[in-house]
Amino acid sequence: MSRYSVFSLVRNAFSYHQNWQRAWRSPDPKREYDVVIVGGGGHGLATAYYLATECGITNVAVIEKGWLGGGNTGRNTTIVRSNYLWDESAALYGHAMQLWQGLSQALNYNVMYSPRGLLHLAHSVHDMQEIQRRGNAIYLNGIDSEFLSPEQVREMVPFMSMEGRYPVLGALLQKRGGTARHDAVAWGYARAADAAGVDIIQNCEVTGFDIQDGTVTGVQTSRGRIGAKTVGVVTAGHSSVMAEMAGFRMPLESFPLQALVSEPVKPVVDCVIMSNGVHAYISQSDKGELVIGASSDAYNSYTQRGSYDIIEDTLQAICEMYPLFTRMRMLRQWGGIVDVTVDRSPIISKTPVRNLYFNCGWGTGGFKCTPGSGHVFAHSLANGDMHAIAAPFSMDRFNSGALVDEGAASAVAH
Amino acid sequence: MFLISCPWCGERDQTEFHCHGEAHIARPENSLEMDDAAWGDYVFFRKNVKGVHLERWTHDHGCGRWFNAARNTATDEFLAFYKPGEAPPADLERVS
Repeated sequence: MSRYSVFSLVRNAFSYHQNWQRAWRSPDPKREYDVVIVGGGGHGLATAYYLATECGITNVAVIEKGWLGGGNTGRNTTIVRSNYLWDESAALYGHAMQLWQGLSQALNYNVMYSPRGLLHLAHSVHDMQEIQRRGNAIYLNGIDSEFLSPEQVREMVPFMSMEGRYPVLGALLQKRGGTARHDAVAWGYARAADAAGVDIIQNCEVTGFDIQDGTVTGVQTSRGRIGAKTVGVVTAGHSSVMAEMAGFRMPLESFPLQALVSEPVKPVVDCVIMSNGVHAYISQSDKGELVIGASSDAYNSYTQRGSYDIIEDTLQAICEMYPLFTRMRMLRQWGGIVDVTVDRSPIISKTPVRNLYFNCGWGTGGFKCTPGSGHVFAHSLANGDMHAIAAPFSMDRFNSGALVDEGAASAVAH
Repeated sequence: MFLISCPWCGERDQTEFHCHGEAHIARPENSLEMDDAAWGDYVFFRKNVKGVHLERWTHDHGCGRWFNAARNTATDEFLAFYKPGEAPPADLERVS
């Protein structure tokens, strides 16, 4: 694979950019792999990349039923942050944050990670107590966080209505938080994994698992059987469907989560603004669109579309907080299916079937942890034992009671 | 957005209702003898089916009463509404 650089740009300009090499191959599946990853989203592709580049396992296939990054990787609101309460979460999301910082260089692909700052607003005494508790916990875990007074918030976001229906009493700021280009993350990992020898097989749906004596030996797919010594399932909203094929249940429920973008306008929001009290968060893409996130619908569904009443709730909050945007028009709205656990923390775990691992339960906020999730999952698959950062996120915690309760931190902004 | 037929009030807008997840999960009667695995299974593990889902709803902004519904989670199409204590209609799989 040729590297992207200023020289390759100049070289390809001479042929009017008609001869760029394809970013990844489209191979036919082999009969057997050391590791098969089910699901070609960001987390699955990252897992394959780290398996091939850090763990020395290159005989790897990523099997995707649709196209790369066509699920939640392409449907989130691109927000990156690590301001979580508990030590276990700080280790996991902080690990991802460190990987984000060097990711474009590592992948030789611009993922447009932009640490533009992430504001978490407090609207009530309770909110203030919550951000103080969480902010101090985050600080003790060595992750940057600062408390802002209302005056400092006004200085950052002068157009915010701070005395209206949702008064702003203070905020928690994570300066390294921000955004990254979601599609580029999938494409960057795919290209780099492919270059390291991983086979990426699209339009290939897994229809079942071959399990002998409690050990997985391969997967049945729409393109025939593919043998595997180890299988990692990274299928987000469809994880319960995959688990049923393997003969067990997951502590998950799948809900639609939607987002929307406005028509593009000149730069106005130069950070990410979120709050738990007002369930609408906003940032601006480099194209100029306002990217607005909403609540999930509160019923199980696999339809990839959300309810209109959620849009109405979200936009009334946006209009109340930012009167400047009342005449903006929304361009696109979409939904993704998120797999939610009761403690709002992910599941990175062994399963009742030997050599079958699941990485799921990221719920409404998995994008931010794409590099960290892939990294610890790859090391877990390679060693046959869970990575120290991943160990607390075993699905056994729902039986032992050792939950990692992140309801307050993970409820918004992804 | 759905229209939902409350068994007591008739057809109303979805925003009047709240969904409470999988129906027909009976609370175990021998909880003192249950081990952690069985108890965790009862509290947290769900079918989360893609297909016909039997689920509980309340008519919060109406009569306030509970009822059950059968809905296809792949299409969001409601197949049946029935009162608590009643068995789900038998021919649901065929309908979907």
